[in-house]
Amino acid sequence: MPTKDFIRQRFFPHLWCAGCGHGVIMASLIRAIEALNLPKNNVVIVSGIGCSSRMPGYLDFHTLHTLHGRALAFATGIKMGRPELTVIVPMGDGDASAIGGNHLIHAARRNIDVTALVLNNSIYGMTGGQNSPTTPLDARSTTTPRGNIDPAFDLVELAKGAGASFVARSTAFHTKELEQMLEKAISHRGFSFVEAMSGCPTYFGRRNKLGSGVDLMRMFRERTVPIGSEKKKTDPSLIERGIFVDRARPSYTDQYRYITQSACEEH
Amino acid sequence: MGTKSFVFTGSGGQGVITAAIVLGEAAALHEGLNAVQTQVYGPEARGGATRADLIISTDPIRYPKVINPHVLVCLTQESYNKFAPIIRPGGLLIADASFVSTVRKADARQVVLPMYETVKEKIGKTIVFNICMLGCVLSLTGIVSREAVVKAVTSRMAEAHLDMNLRALNLGMELAQAAGTGVISAPRQTVSS
Amino acid sequence: MSGTLRFIQGNEAVVEGALYAGLGFYAGYPITPSTEIAELLAERLPKRGGTYIQMEDEIASLCSIIGASLTGRKVMTATSGPGFSLMQEAIGYAVMAEVPCVVVNVQRSGPSTGLPTAVAQGDVMQARWGTHGDHAIIALTASNLQDVFSMTIEAFNMAETYRTPVILLLDEVVGHMREKVVIPGEGIPVVERLVTSVPEGIDYHPYLAREDGRLPMSDFGGVHRYNVTGLVHDMWGFPSNDPTVAYNLLRHLVDKIEKRSHEIVRCQEHQLDDADILLISYGSSARSALHMVEKGRDSGIRIGLLELNTLWPFPYEIVRRAAEKTELVLVVEMNMGQIYQEVKKAVRTDRVYLVNRFDGVFISHTDIEKVLNVVMGRGV
Repeated sequence: MPTKDFIRQRFFPHLWCAGCGHGVIMASLIRAIEALNLPKNNVVIVSGIGCSSRMPGYLDFHTLHTLHGRALAFATGIKMGRPELTVIVPMGDGDASAIGGNHLIHAARRNIDVTALVLNNSIYGMTGGQNSPTTPLDARSTTTPRGNIDPAFDLVELAKGAGASFVARSTAFHTKELEQMLEKAISHRGFSFVEAMSGCPTYFGRRNKLGSGVDLMRMFRERTVPIGSEKKKTDPSLIERGIFVDRARPSYTDQYRYITQSACEEH
Repeated sequence: MGTKSFVFTGSGGQGVITAAIVLGEAAALHEGLNAVQTQVYGPEARGGATRADLIISTDPIRYPKVINPHVLVCLTQESYNKFAPIIRPGGLLIADASFVSTVRKADARQVVLPMYETVKEKIGKTIVFNICMLGCVLSLTGIVSREAVVKAVTSRMAEAHLDMNLRALNLGMELAQAAGTGVISAPRQTVSS
Repeated sequence: MSGTLRFIQGNEAVVEGALYAGLGFYAGYPITPSTEIAELLAERLPKRGGTYIQMEDEIASLCSIIGASLTGRKVMTATSGPGFSLMQEAIGYAVMAEVPCVVVNVQRSGPSTGLPTAVAQGDVMQARWGTHGDHAIIALTASNLQDVFSMTIEAFNMAETYRTPVILLLDEVVGHMREKVVIPGEGIPVVERLVTSVPEGIDYHPYLAREDGRLPMSDFGGVHRYNVTGLVHDMWGFPSNDPTVAYNLLRHLVDKIEKRSHEIVRCQEHQLDDADILLISYGSSARSALHMVEKGRDSGIRIGLLELNTLWPFPYEIVRRAAEKTELVLVVEMNMGQIYQEVKKAVRTDRVYLVNRFDGVFISHTDIEKVLNVVMGRGV
């Protein structure tokens, strides 16, 4: 199917700024869903609030645009309410790791069978460029005019630490890689976490004098390396891409099915 | 019969709440009476003195708490000291001989029975102390029939422990009947805990 | 009524009512004095193929039941004051997105952690206005456990009928006390989810109300793919900034409840026919009020009780009519006058007095009698 068959064309053009990475990440997600041959009626997209969370409006699946930070909690209800559905949760970095940080670590701990896709642009875009938990040290934002003193989260390490059974990272530049990663993440039985680095030229790029959307894309190409790359040994500041965790662990959904079965047999 | 109110007190783990529930269930489900049971929760219920209230009535019960009970049971000295003053004048105060020495002069009939000692000696498992107490209450008040309590105990207790609980119930009833002679109700001189 | 006679706690009566109504999904977080509801459902829901999940907090609890409701399940959470505060944002979401759900609040003393194990009725206004923005809400309550059981079923029925969160506002005394309840095998009406009859391939409008005001739903995972959002949205569920869309949506959200308050209001009259003195009360306080009525009648005082089972929408008209026939109105509640203020709005007389407690002690008939003596000029 062509991409247009997965979107609600009446809402285009989308509201994302020129040079924003979110659109290409959404395209990777669409191609991953297409590659998996998932019936559209079996897919639910759940988002929170923010730039990335406008995604459900554009996608022609069952879509739920929720509260800031709470997408994974809503998604948990949907998955447990109807386990046969494929639940994908696009979130922003602030959405997922600040206001929604508690839900993120508990979804990972439970290993609930949903896919969390964090579009990390290191800034709060929708509200106009405030610092987020992934804004790098010293970076400028509207609320860190003298430089950011809050150490940033490494979202991959956060997800690993919380017990996610699938953890991966790619960028808006590496669209094919991201698509394949999302394919694996969605197929994974259990909680899958994918960080997609995205550029916000409007706020992050401009305030930190990093140039246009194209310059940010170039940065993703030059400043990231595949896991285990030789370059990383000589330049530890490079960011690794790839699948960090992919292990089988009983998913919450499956575990609960056993609980229900054994409870029903008690009669 | 009208309305009769009960307050069972003791320390956490003695089972006074279970005893109140069992008696309430006996009255409500097996005697066609009305019953309302409440208990004190929270920090007060952790250690210290535990309290369970029960009202049994032929009429509908509106106000669910007990202010001045007709029957007060005290299974520890602490609960005796704390709650003895609330007993209704002319009421019945039942205390355990091992744990309570009745020092107060209350305007109530005080009956001190060696419930704990008897259970320990005759059954060997003090977990049924509360049901022995219930036997005493039953015998001294006649509030419900023994059969009703047996049904309630049967529905609440694990089958493996049923026999033990029913023996404790009988022991309690016998103890209370003996107390009618005035032999056992003499206050103990020493307090063991 | 035929059925099983049980001697159970109020919290267990909630569980029985919820299961009777067809509860399929419960999410919660432990908090006194509501925890027994979670414990009992953890045991019983899986046995009937339902889902119980303990979430990381009350925010997540309410969010997850909204998600589950969209998949077609009947859903509930239970909490108390602090947890209810955390749920407010998501209650607003359920109002805005019109997602049926039942929120039980077994009230305890506040504000903040307050007296965690002590009774209070201080969340009446929070139930009404706790979430931000203009909206209508349904809040139900009960004073005895038979009513707790039936009002729980009503809560589910109203949630489904009006596509709205319904708050079941109980309190510690009602939640924890045990008394007789008859659990009927059948006979109480249960409202099932109204599902759209629009077939696949034909446009389904999730937010286009029928003429009777009801909005048929389509489950997530079904044949209609649509959008649900907390933003102002059009009849397809898509965000809109159009003032007309905003006006119509808010009007609809309020009117679907306020204009149907005659269907939603549940009250009980106790000896009101010839009463000179009207007590108005609800929840466990109404037990003491009723005790006062019976005691007063025994000594020849013409006193009666109007017991409210629906707090929101407030039954202004019923209160006004009841008060017109009496000389004196006493509102009995365990807060600083939250329903008292509504009663004052409803009635024309100045002779409305508040009998209350907010010290964690359960209000008694003696408390009522003392105030009654004062306002009748008999002194304390």
